[in-house]
Amino acid sequence: MSKSEAKPKILASIFMPLISLKRRGPSGWMVIFGLIIVLGLVIMTLIGPWITPYDPSKSLVGPIREPPTLQHPFGTNHLGQDILSRILVGGSIMLQVAALSVLICLLIGVPVGLFSSYVGGAFDRIVSLIIDAVYAFPGLVIAIAIAAMLGPGVINMSLSIAVVYIPSYFRIVRSHVLSIKELTYVEAARAIGAKWYTILTRYIFPNVISSIVVVVTINFADAILTAAGLTFIGLGVTYDIPDWGWDLTNGRNYLATGAWWMITFPGIMIVLLALGFTLMGEGLSEMLNPKLQR
Amino acid sequence: MPLLEVNSLVVEYRTSRGKITAVEDVSFSLEKGETLGLAGESGSGKSTLGLSIMRLVPYPGTIAGGQIKIDGVDILKLREQEMRAIRGRKVAYVFQDPMTSLNPVKRIGDHFVEFICTHEPTVKKGQAFNRAKDILKNLGISPERIGDYPHQFSGGMRQRIMIGLAIALNPDLVIADEPTTALDVIVQAKILDLLETLRRIYGMALILISHDLSIILERCKKIIVLYAGQMVEYANSEELHENPMHPYTQGLLRSIPNIELSDQQLSAIPGSPPNMLNPPPGCRFWPRCQFAEKKCSSEAPPLVDVGNQHFVRCFFHVSEGTNNE
Repeated sequence: MSKSEAKPKILASIFMPLISLKRRGPSGWMVIFGLIIVLGLVIMTLIGPWITPYDPSKSLVGPIREPPTLQHPFGTNHLGQDILSRILVGGSIMLQVAALSVLICLLIGVPVGLFSSYVGGAFDRIVSLIIDAVYAFPGLVIAIAIAAMLGPGVINMSLSIAVVYIPSYFRIVRSHVLSIKELTYVEAARAIGAKWYTILTRYIFPNVISSIVVVVTINFADAILTAAGLTFIGLGVTYDIPDWGWDLTNGRNYLATGAWWMITFPGIMIVLLALGFTLMGEGLSEMLNPKLQR
Repeated sequence: MPLLEVNSLVVEYRTSRGKITAVEDVSFSLEKGETLGLAGESGSGKSTLGLSIMRLVPYPGTIAGGQIKIDGVDILKLREQEMRAIRGRKVAYVFQDPMTSLNPVKRIGDHFVEFICTHEPTVKKGQAFNRAKDILKNLGISPERIGDYPHQFSGGMRQRIMIGLAIALNPDLVIADEPTTALDVIVQAKILDLLETLRRIYGMALILISHDLSIILERCKKIIVLYAGQMVEYANSEELHENPMHPYTQGLLRSIPNIELSDQQLSAIPGSPPNMLNPPPGCRFWPRCQFAEKKCSSEAPPLVDVGNQHFVRCFFHVSEGTNNE
């Protein structure tokens, strides 16, 4: 009996956040739509290998460069591969790269920003100078340079993208900590004998999380586009692994012959994924900004 | 042995434009359970003096000289780690602004639990929680609200919670830095009554910092009047009220409204506090003083004991009555 009672509770705990998002008005809806798009694409990529009509890597499953037909709804490419099948599984590299690069950014940018800003003084000056030097480069150029140095591969791509975005994490965290560390509750924490890392982790960090969440979602969108860009110029993964960015690159070569379907569908997928994250990011930033609330 | 002993304390702020002596040669002592008031205008060094007792003077301030002894131990010689054990446990601080003194992302109960468990590692979370509930009851806040966040409380309630946090570990000394300045008058009286009651229950000493001399006269036994970082007068509250000797104290007392004397002229002290980067030579108060003579602008007056545990930093140290004749 207790089990049947527990069930609605579990369901409620899953759906309640969504319902409360709806109450937040337009920004809540932005987050909901963003979430739906992103989750949809993630699920699609996860179950993709089992639902593809054809083997996505196998050539000549149909005629070469065939426009969309009933057999091949999204057409085929120059190797005779089924584009729909490639779309269904092609997001995995991009999502992996985006997730991994965001993780690296979080693990480096946030702690360094917290510590440097809290300590202040000469240490903070030096770290800021180094990070600002990285920030001064155009992002894509530095990503290309590092990716070219490291060679292709998921981890290398993630690293090169992470280098581009660590400065934005650092700067956001640093500027927030600069203002928070002057607030009375931090001084009050010191006055009750709290250790420096307790102050940093329990008093300052939780108050920065909301802004980090926003950077993460926006960074996700950017990372996807950068990953696509890297693949586009041949610094991504090797072409036996289906990937939207790779398909986009190939499609461009055949656009002149009128094969619009080769470039359109992968392109739409990349834009959709980036859009999903951007919606989430913008919506969250509006929701979490207390000044815009009521 | 007094609970707190401050000997010729000097606190300086070293800024890019020069050195500011925010607290200059201040000495006093405080017994267990006693109350001391620090009065003075903004910028007179009241808060700096209070914070230096916690060794928490903010950058670029440094304690440049003197001694601060708590239970006979010179805290200026302690290591940071030993100092942390004193903060909150022996000496607690209540800050001026209750609106920003609590961590906005932490529940009220967690503030107490973390504080108690930091200083008493053997106490279990549940025990600390129950203690927090008892304290809330003493503060007149329903213990059911222990899971609420700071923004769900009013300013007065938050200040009560801050006071509750300060007394949570039963410290020997509580320093309340303008605890009621951000609150309206009715809440002000309640907070001060609460501090008084808790002080009696727990037998703590209290240092009350305020720019409002009337509050201090009412609540404290001993009073220090600070002007431009210097002690200008130090006496018991009755003595100070009946027989203020420094022209600055006299001016402060005249500026307190009195409802019994309806035709009383409220007088403000002319001028403004000196620029601390470049304080006036001699007595720091002479440019604003109605009794100033030539001597005042060249020689610094010493702190003189005029008897009856009354100290004053003025060449003329005459009571108001004789001066007005």
